[in-house]
Amino acid sequence: MNSLILQTATRVLVALILVFSVYMLLRGHNYPGGGFIAGLIAASAFALFAIAWGMEAAQRALRVPPGNLAMSGVLISALSGMLAAFKGEAPFSGQWFQLIGDKNSGGISISNVLIFDIGVYLAVLGAVLTLIFALEEAG
Amino acid sequence: MGAVGDTDSRDSRQAEPGRLISLLSPVPPTILTLILLFYMSDISAGREISFGVTWVSDLGVSLQFFIDGLSFLFALLISGIGVFITIYAASYLRGHMQLRRFYLYLYLFMIGMLGLVLAGDLMTLFVFWEITTIASYLLIGFNNTSAIARRSALQALLVTTLGGLCLLAGFILLGSLTGSFDMVQVLASGETVRASSLYVPILILILIGSFAKSAQLPFHFWLPNAMAAPTPVSAYLHSATMVKAGIYLLARLHPVLAQTETWEWILTCTGAATAAVAALAALRQTDLKLALAYTTMIALGTLTMFLGSDASAAVAAAITFLIVHSFYKAALFMVVGIIDKQTGTRNMIKLGGLGRVMPITFFTALASALSMAGFPPFLGFIGKELKYEGALAVASEPALVSTAAVFANAVTVTVAGMVALKPFLGKYPHNLPKVHEASPGLWISPLILSFLGLTFGLAPDLVGGGLVEPALTAVLGIPESIDLRLWHGINIPLLMSILTFGLGVTMYLGLRHLRAWLAWDFKHAPTSADLLWDKSLELLRFFAAFQTRILQNGVMRRYLTVIFVTVSIFLSYALLRSGQFPLEYNWPRLNLKEWAALLLTVGGAFMAGTARKPLIAICALGALGVGVALIYLFFGAPDVAITQLLVETLYLVLVAAILPRLPVFSPGRKIRFRPRDALLGGMVGLLVTLSILAVLQTPFDSPTSDFFEQAAVPEAHGRNIVNVILVDFRALDTFGEIIVVFTAAVAAVTLLGHQLRRGPQ
Repeated sequence: MNSLILQTATRVLVALILVFSVYMLLRGHNYPGGGFIAGLIAASAFALFAIAWGMEAAQRALRVPPGNLAMSGVLISALSGMLAAFKGEAPFSGQWFQLIGDKNSGGISISNVLIFDIGVYLAVLGAVLTLIFALEEAG
Repeated sequence: MGAVGDTDSRDSRQAEPGRLISLLSPVPPTILTLILLFYMSDISAGREISFGVTWVSDLGVSLQFFIDGLSFLFALLISGIGVFITIYAASYLRGHMQLRRFYLYLYLFMIGMLGLVLAGDLMTLFVFWEITTIASYLLIGFNNTSAIARRSALQALLVTTLGGLCLLAGFILLGSLTGSFDMVQVLASGETVRASSLYVPILILILIGSFAKSAQLPFHFWLPNAMAAPTPVSAYLHSATMVKAGIYLLARLHPVLAQTETWEWILTCTGAATAAVAALAALRQTDLKLALAYTTMIALGTLTMFLGSDASAAVAAAITFLIVHSFYKAALFMVVGIIDKQTGTRNMIKLGGLGRVMPITFFTALASALSMAGFPPFLGFIGKELKYEGALAVASEPALVSTAAVFANAVTVTVAGMVALKPFLGKYPHNLPKVHEASPGLWISPLILSFLGLTFGLAPDLVGGGLVEPALTAVLGIPESIDLRLWHGINIPLLMSILTFGLGVTMYLGLRHLRAWLAWDFKHAPTSADLLWDKSLELLRFFAAFQTRILQNGVMRRYLTVIFVTVSIFLSYALLRSGQFPLEYNWPRLNLKEWAALLLTVGGAFMAGTARKPLIAICALGALGVGVALIYLFFGAPDVAITQLLVETLYLVLVAAILPRLPVFSPGRKIRFRPRDALLGGMVGLLVTLSILAVLQTPFDSPTSDFFEQAAVPEAHGRNIVNVILVDFRALDTFGEIIVVFTAAVAAVTLLGHQLRRGPQ
């Protein structure tokens, strides 16, 4: 599709949607969102880009082959699940590390759950884009 | 010039890959043998060693090992023969391009075999049993460029796996009957098992497994075909070890399953029949390796026959013969390998007069063959005398067993002549190329093995007290002593021996006439099981193709029809059985936005079903999806609603991408009204609605969701329950799902790529 309006708008929109997808990924633990949803949002950003600028441009914008993205997502999730092994707990059980402050009075903590969710995000994004690109190539 | 030199040195490096491995390869089995020998006095004193770890505690399965006299004997044979096989293979396969792969398979097999005989748990035994099956598949098919090798490997795999599955079923029954998979406990509950109504099914299942592995009738046909393997493999797997796995199992479970008429008759008859069929087939062979393979079958049949009895003489005969057989058979296979390697043929018709040019090989062959034929003072003689003594002691059918034993041994004598005399004596054929003696690496192993046969024959106490007695005690369950010696005086077994020699020598001398007669009489017999196997595989393939054509013909509409019809049938059955009619349903009061969502959903569905243009139908489906998302949102599932909306969006993008490719979207094309589809769709919709209403009739049981609601913040530190479930409580499920997503994408790419190569139709 060769529409100047869409192409101009896409430049701004894609950046916004991608930032929004990261926002959805990070807030997922307490509010609606999460890796799966965020991955779909990011995928739709690239889909929009592909519609406006063509499939090749979208592939260039992604920089890496989507299959690799999906594979690394699965790998990150697997590794984050294995972190529990260091504590001798069951695979994929949540591990929390307090970065700043006290656990009871808030502060900032980080957990392998977030890493797992990032893996989900990448896997969904990569898999959906693999499909979209493949369909377009076939067509 | 320098460039040429480079190429040469690289070539010579490549020409001998795995040279280091093959030189070091005898080390592990040697160490193992020494360790085992170190424990020999302990074992012969009656000690049992047991160790292991819990594996699947919920199923009562543990990785347990258990060493008593019987498993010790087998372990020693496997590692001891393994030493000689690895030494031999290092020379035999020298320069083979895939040597590393060969040793990987061979060690895999060795580990599997050792685990099998040392297993102290039925499930552990089964796992190692299957490892030997797979390793033997890889080894038989080692020359993977040969179609014959591949077919033989597959055949051995399928036959022994079929047996393995039966064995698993038998083990599970046996385990549930005795309450444990633990070998010691199973072995102690023989009386319970024999008295149970499950005894016969257990027996038959386990026997199928061990008969398939040990090439008993009617599963015998894979063994001769397995000779497609390289000779070291044949010498190791198909003479000394793997085929003995079934025999080991029979001996192992002897205290549990034996001492009944069923056991006795099945084993005696199968063993005798196998030995007889194999004996007839062995006489017909001109290929030395095949002739030896058939004598292995004779040996296996004989062993099975003797294990059918619970007389201690018969069992002692089986165990002694097992040791004897491992020594001479491995040695003879190696000798045939040497002949094959030096002259390029294994056909006995083409061979002769090699004794003068290959004196060491000749001597080795002669020594092993004399043991095989059972001449004094070799160990084979003691084994044979014991066999006759055992045959006479068999309670049920001494006449049958004795006749079978004499016939089998006579044929063995004949084959011993075929292997050790025919190629080495007589005139040197003029069309045979000039050959010389093999390298020491080739003849050293069989030479030592044949010397061992002689040494043990002269000093039978070396094996009698330390090996045979403990094994005998383990099989019979009561302490047994045995006196192995060469000269028992003039008795019936000795007379039977003389008869055997006479018969065997006569058959060897008249081999040409005998073979002509056999060829005329048994033209199809030995190959028929093989042909039957091919036919049954063909039938299986035909059936698979037939049902694939019906169920999976690649037409999407057909798949959906099958799925929906199945769902309808099962749902209506479940609904009728539930007895919840008439359904009570109170129409709730809906507010305006809920009416709007309902309208969107129902209207979208109606339009999608009735639209005549594909584009409109897709848009209507989108509207339907949005309606559903709204319903999720109104009823407190924002995450699901967001996901639904995003999926609808991406779905449209995907459809837009393939839109131009589908024939149904060609301009002007309209969707016809299909009454059958409408009926099916309507029915599924109605049934699903009814079943949801029926489910709503029962009160909501909520402990699971209560748990998640309560545990989300304190345990997982998150307030979004859906996400906490996804990434924390049920992270493993989610992980599985992203793998599915990834796999689906890869599969789609593969399918589309295929389509791409074929081009649009």
